[in-house]
Amino acid sequence: MIKVINPGLQTTIQDYGRIGFYEVGMPPSGAMDKYSYRASNLLVGNDENAAVLEITYMGPVLEFQQDVTVAIAGGEIPPKINDQYVPMWETLEVKAGDVLSFDFVKQGARVYLAVAGGIEVPLIMESRSTYTLCGIGGFEGRPLQAEDHLKIGNANQSKIAIGTRISDELIPVFSKTNEIRVVVGLCSYRLTEESKKRFFSIDWTVTTEANRVGYRFKGERLNFVEREQPFGAGSNPSNVVDLGYPIGSIQVPDGVEPIALLNDAVTGGGYATICTIISTDLDKMAQIKTNEKVRFVAVDINEALEARKLYKDKINQMKKQVLGQIGGINHG
Amino acid sequence: MAEQKTVLSPIPGVFYRKPAPDKDVYVKEGNTVKTGDVLAMVEVMKNFYEIKAETDGVLAQFFVEDEDLLDAGQEIAVIIEQ
Repeated sequence: MIKVINPGLQTTIQDYGRIGFYEVGMPPSGAMDKYSYRASNLLVGNDENAAVLEITYMGPVLEFQQDVTVAIAGGEIPPKINDQYVPMWETLEVKAGDVLSFDFVKQGARVYLAVAGGIEVPLIMESRSTYTLCGIGGFEGRPLQAEDHLKIGNANQSKIAIGTRISDELIPVFSKTNEIRVVVGLCSYRLTEESKKRFFSIDWTVTTEANRVGYRFKGERLNFVEREQPFGAGSNPSNVVDLGYPIGSIQVPDGVEPIALLNDAVTGGGYATICTIISTDLDKMAQIKTNEKVRFVAVDINEALEARKLYKDKINQMKKQVLGQIGGINHG
Repeated sequence: MAEQKTVLSPIPGVFYRKPAPDKDVYVKEGNTVKTGDVLAMVEVMKNFYEIKAETDGVLAQFFVEDEDLLDAGQEIAVIIEQ
């Protein structure tokens, strides 16, 4: 068991996601930065879909009531065991009675804490991910609270030596200014040419409304092409006839403050989506904080697929590094 | 000589000195505060996080205005320990 002494700002249980129910209106939830999520699970020898804790901005204080292997990956929210700093991106050992806490966030926004065996909560629609808006999954459908007790499951497949590390070149570095790649569409025809250009040429600032559902940006007003209101579309120029929203799609209700829809977002609706963040850059998006800057960069589908290939190569390298260590030298 | 302790915001967000728009500020500059007293509130992701004093002393000065946007780790006030 793990006892929650202090839950942090918003700590939820997440796995790879509630995949396969999008068409019935169920968003996937799941870890927002999948790369760091995978790294944390790999480092404790867990199965790839094991449930971990997703920690945002401010870490929790947790007391371990059993000996267990853990790993923490993601943005930099420096972890401490019994007040001593311990490394991220490395297989760690905690003993019963140890207290894990975190320092202030240094870079990025989220970290993932994996424990060997995974966090054990009931499967809801094939996933352990918390979807707070509906109050399902994870720990009673909500972020953790003080005095919660988390059970550890048996989702581990391999024993990873304490001290196993992801090498530096595979550890992402997060910045306060970011380029996020998007594919233009599905309803970009609704924007004027001038506004389309402006969208890609200004720095957008992430507002305080930036969470697992979506990120809202401040910049300048965008304008839509004049048209006759189609049957079935709302009266605002930013409305279209309802469509499915791709994950990572960006809409601009009324032309003010674009919103990127993320893991917990509504799955469809009647706002024009002007572009979609490519899948690999969703991880980066998840590590951007309120007040930080984003510049959107348009790429075509081939560039997006190339980025995905590079991303998969990195994950494979990470797997080789970690799983290649089994039975190897203990660096601890 | 009295020690100065800087108060930092652990999270980014909107800074509030009052618990509600029609209420008085939590603490006035020059007031005495005790460990655990709420000094201000920060709003992010529809969560409100209370910033508490981690030392006893006099709240000498706030460095940010009500409703300013904060970065994580930003200095918001200074307490002179007593």
